[in-house]
Amino acid sequence: MIDIPVLRWGKPYDSMEKQEVVHFETGEPVARVSQANGAMVKMDRRFAQRARDALRQFSIDQLLEMMGKAGDLYLNATLPIGNGTQTPADFCRMQSATTGLPEHMAAFNMRKNHFVLTHMREILEALTRGLPFDILSKGFGKENRGVMLSYQANSPVLGLVLPSNSPGVHTLWLPAIALQIGLVLKPGSQEIWTPYRMTEAFYQAGIPREAISLYPGGHDVGPAVMEACDRSMIFGGQATIEKYAGNPRVQVHGPGFSKILLGDDIVDDWRKYLDIMVDSIFLNGGRGCINASSIWASRHTAEIADAIAQRIGSVAPLPMTDPKASLAAFTVKGQAEGVSAQIDEGCQESGVTEVTAKYRNGPRLVQHERCDFLRPTIIHATSPEPTLTRAEYMFPFGVVVECPQDKMIAEIGPTLVCTALTHDAKWKQKLLDATNIDRLNLGEVKTLQLNWLQPHEGNIIDFLFRNRAVQTEAPLAH
Amino acid sequence: MIQRPDWHKFSPPLILVSREICQVSNPNAPATDAALKAAQDKLDAHVRETIEWHFNPATGCPFWLERAKSLGFDPRKAVQTYDDLKKFPSFEDEWLRGGPISRWIPQGLQGKGVYVFETGGTTGIPKSRMQIDDWKTDYENFSDTLPDDKFPKGSNWLMLGPSGPRRLRLAVEHLAQHRGGICFCVDLDPRWVVKLIKRGNMKEMEAYRDHVIDQALTILSAGHDIRCMFTTPKLLEALAQKLFDKGSSIKETGITGIFSGGTEFTPQWYRFAMEELLCDPNNPESGPVFMTPTYGNTLMGLACGKPFDPADNYKITYFAPQPRAVIEVVEFKDYNTLVPYGGTGRVKLTTLTKETFIPGFMERDEGEREKPIARYPWDGISGTRPFHEFAKSTTVGVY
Repeated sequence: MIDIPVLRWGKPYDSMEKQEVVHFETGEPVARVSQANGAMVKMDRRFAQRARDALRQFSIDQLLEMMGKAGDLYLNATLPIGNGTQTPADFCRMQSATTGLPEHMAAFNMRKNHFVLTHMREILEALTRGLPFDILSKGFGKENRGVMLSYQANSPVLGLVLPSNSPGVHTLWLPAIALQIGLVLKPGSQEIWTPYRMTEAFYQAGIPREAISLYPGGHDVGPAVMEACDRSMIFGGQATIEKYAGNPRVQVHGPGFSKILLGDDIVDDWRKYLDIMVDSIFLNGGRGCINASSIWASRHTAEIADAIAQRIGSVAPLPMTDPKASLAAFTVKGQAEGVSAQIDEGCQESGVTEVTAKYRNGPRLVQHERCDFLRPTIIHATSPEPTLTRAEYMFPFGVVVECPQDKMIAEIGPTLVCTALTHDAKWKQKLLDATNIDRLNLGEVKTLQLNWLQPHEGNIIDFLFRNRAVQTEAPLAH
Repeated sequence: MIQRPDWHKFSPPLILVSREICQVSNPNAPATDAALKAAQDKLDAHVRETIEWHFNPATGCPFWLERAKSLGFDPRKAVQTYDDLKKFPSFEDEWLRGGPISRWIPQGLQGKGVYVFETGGTTGIPKSRMQIDDWKTDYENFSDTLPDDKFPKGSNWLMLGPSGPRRLRLAVEHLAQHRGGICFCVDLDPRWVVKLIKRGNMKEMEAYRDHVIDQALTILSAGHDIRCMFTTPKLLEALAQKLFDKGSSIKETGITGIFSGGTEFTPQWYRFAMEELLCDPNNPESGPVFMTPTYGNTLMGLACGKPFDPADNYKITYFAPQPRAVIEVVEFKDYNTLVPYGGTGRVKLTTLTKETFIPGFMERDEGEREKPIARYPWDGISGTRPFHEFAKSTTVGVY
């Protein structure tokens, strides 16, 4: 079994407290992970500036080259992990074993991270609107049109409190190193794999070890990371979002409540968009915040729900090694049962019907000895009123909601990704003006199809840097 | 005429945590059979005297005298050894909540000044224990276990921990006075901290913690020659960090001895404190400030840690202040059966003082049963942590 240490600015620390990470089906230990504590994080905070200084020994251009190399190593190489090594296949097997994600989805997420690492230059150019990278490194400089600009780092390091169950989120923090900002990572207890493998890939590619800390640990480590870092990201549920709302030091990533809206002008041709709707709900195990959790239209909603249900209602759990496996396991005892009960309760409300039941040939909840599965569930709601229209769950779950177009924007609530299928220019403008929508797809784009050249839940440049004034000479007289 | 037992005739030799015990040549060596037997004999004798006191109508407290009527046996006859205490039904901690507190005052101690110390109490009625001199005795006994070179006699103390209705604040002050020093104190209300955490108001909690630490820093910088300190693990961390931020350290303040405790005092935390928090970054070769772990509460007094031994790899083993209090590690399903040595079980506490008799109180902690050693020839406990069935609902390490 692999022993994985805490990494304190690159230095391994073998803690006396270790947690075994176990296979979700067999209960067999996969790794033994040293546990940090909150005081350790705060102690190391004193060296945060050293992380940025170490990265600033290199130009952003040099770091971008290292990122590309790290991406290739991450995807293809056998890399050290703790006291062992790990091939890409090992990585997928281990990540699947502890998170319940099918192995082919683990491989998909690897490719996604690789894509982002190997396209980091384009991503940063897009997110900085073409700012010369030197300005970020030096703190000020003139852009091409001769205007003096200053960007000051808000923090020498970015803290991350990462989730246990969503290996897809790691793309969000990858730009930090290229921006010469160190990383303080608290990996999820079951998904230690991506942070550790990515860190090793960075090291092998030449990133200074002292730029990254990794603190697996208990309940006090997350708050310590947030306290120790002037900028941090946290992943969690609605309660976490509400807790940190309005805190400028924290970027919160929680449920997405992503949606597809069909305009009155195209809804009669809804069959044409069925693939977009099905894939947005179903792909990647339906686990992501960018998976659609509801489809909104003013008519044909019962037919749309039925058509989606016909496509995915019969899908059942398969072994994690099966390339066709499309459902991820719930590895927390009682969680799937609770979700299923909530859905059943929601279906008791007026105007709510589960459409998948007739295509499933069996119950929604599939219970195994050590884990559970929830089979795809499509609900039809005749109005936006029922509770389930505002639900999001970590499996292929979607509600097709009947709602007049002119009420949709107000009714959908907070929406991370909104795919609007319409040619109605006036409505498009209203959608563009709607501040409850974060990412807006105007056209035939699945909610999961993210263009990394665009900001996601806020521009990381704006989060990590402050655009302020630096003058080296008096301005023109005025 | 009811005859009162003369407690004072036998109490001095029964206080086993004494200088005599602390002076054994190798305190960590296994206890000899003779020492084990002597300790057991003393405990049994102490039980007999305690039972006689608490169930004698002339000296016992109203609670036990009333309860004796429904026990179905006469404790003064039926309880002759420690093992006989199993005849008592389980002690319910609810009995300690609410009044009148006078029902716990032994008739034999009527007229003396009474203190009330509370435990818990964030919500609802706290558990309370009345005390007269026990808190002083407990800490005087504990004083005998402290090394004089680390806790110099006559030096001053800082009490940086929970105050209010808890006995710690008074007890540490008494400890300082008992050792010839003066104690400086900082207020801390743990119930308020728990409320802030439950509300998720971490910012306010941090501000309160900083407020407490700022007061400690002020006292430490005021020229009071403070060499000794009691604090909690969380406050020790915060104090150390604040001093590091100022380019100083706990070591540089002149503190030479600290005692701390609680279930957060884990081996890893002990190691982390000794290797990092208690060292002087400007002079790392000088080694850490001495710190000794303790485990205790209002009901028990203070259990002392086994003297530090590098061979233990920071494992912390506690020994109760027998015979005034006894800790047993018992099966989760059968509170009258000890787990084997090394086995895991729940902490069962029995308090046997002239002021308080509490047989078989089930603590909210669990741990591993440890073998007796020469300094403490009775069972110990290691790995203390919140009882797993309560752990999820318990807020620990808040101050």
